[in-house]
Amino acid sequence: MNEDIVIEVKGLKKVFGENVIINGIDLTVRKGETVVLIGPSGCGKSTLLRCLNGLEPIQGGSVFLHGEPVEYGKRSLNKIRQKIGMVFQDYGLFPHMTVLDNVMLAPLKVQKRPKDEVKTEAMALLERVGLGDKAKSYPSQLSGGQQQRAAIVRSLVVNPDIMLLDEITAALDPEMVHEVLNVVLDLAKNGSTMIIVTHEMAFAEAVADRVILMDGGVIVEENPPQKFFHDADTERAKKFLSTFSYSK
Amino acid sequence: MDRSFINKYYPLYIESAVLTVTIGCMGIILSVIIGMLCALCRYYKIPILNAIAAAYTELSRNTPLIVQLFFLFFGLPKAGIVLSPEVCGTVGLAFLGGGYMSESFLSGLVSVKKTHLEAAASLGLNELQTMTNVVFPQAASVSAPAVCANVIFLLKETSVFSAVSLADLMYTAKDLIGMYYSTTEALTMLVIAYLIMILPVSIVFTLLERRMHRAGI
Repeated sequence: MNEDIVIEVKGLKKVFGENVIINGIDLTVRKGETVVLIGPSGCGKSTLLRCLNGLEPIQGGSVFLHGEPVEYGKRSLNKIRQKIGMVFQDYGLFPHMTVLDNVMLAPLKVQKRPKDEVKTEAMALLERVGLGDKAKSYPSQLSGGQQQRAAIVRSLVVNPDIMLLDEITAALDPEMVHEVLNVVLDLAKNGSTMIIVTHEMAFAEAVADRVILMDGGVIVEENPPQKFFHDADTERAKKFLSTFSYSK
Repeated sequence: MDRSFINKYYPLYIESAVLTVTIGCMGIILSVIIGMLCALCRYYKIPILNAIAAAYTELSRNTPLIVQLFFLFFGLPKAGIVLSPEVCGTVGLAFLGGGYMSESFLSGLVSVKKTHLEAAASLGLNELQTMTNVVFPQAASVSAPAVCANVIFLLKETSVFSAVSLADLMYTAKDLIGMYYSTTEALTMLVIAYLIMILPVSIVFTLLERRMHRAGI
């Protein structure tokens, strides 16, 4: 087994009622790699991400994190999830806790690390994303962009092997998108392993090591960003990309 | 208004108020426990218990307390179960209150957003940790106003206890009216007695709610 492989997906299939959402996907993500998933709404990219940390039951295939199976509803899942950081579109910060308490929850309760050490690390990470002065604030006192940066820190503080970012800027004002994406770009540069679902094409091109276009529950094209955005192999990719440009 | 009458008989009111408060408190504490258990059974959709809890909630909320008390006091003895008036009052109040409390707690639990549950799961929190750290604190602040309203409602409902021959406030007032025909004095004292019991509870709850609101929960 290759030590470098963080996540391996084999023949993944996901069905909601009569709708086939994911129809046989194979995907391998190596350490330090940033993979960007794009595609039209409803193509299954968010669902794929949710299957990767066992938030959805799957109807076929398998997902492995460092060779360990990720299985929905299994007890072992809690342990595996500590190694997978997930950031959601609507932040998911707990409203009854301060930003700092949100960030410290998992290291203290799940990893049972000493409080002083956790606090130092949490504050350092909050400083890094420009939220040092917001540690004692409640989520409702923060802007959307600030909340999302706090949510990223919350996932980051447990030192996950991989981060899954699910359309993390979709609910944000355009001006706040930038501050959040800068944080992600910074993570990618520093060698974090990530799978990112996004509709921000310029960002996708800047951050990705590999771009994957999904449509109808399957992978349509998989290429390095340079190739994908400027010389795509498939007609489907060209058509998809053309919807992002305007000409009179 | 006969002042001497009031001076003479107010100790009777204090005595019966103590009884009302004692049974009221026991009934309310029990109803909170029953309500929490029922709400949990329904929230986590525990098989069988979920259905029982739902049926119980409907039964208790859609029948009057006085009917429930009559059933306990006059109906059960025919089936061989004899309960003292005190036990009838406590059980009746707990039965009625449990249904209302169950609804209030459940509304708090279901108000917790799915994203928060998924965020907790992704952080590796187990079911119990999610419950205590994420679900309960949020549910509590949503449920609190309704639970407080229930407490006040149940305290007022104790006024039908006299129907099962409990010597509560209502009973004392009716007794005095029957014996001395001093309706105005007896009822004035009754109103004041209930106000003295319930108004402080009401004020404390309002202050608590305001504080929770300020904390931004």
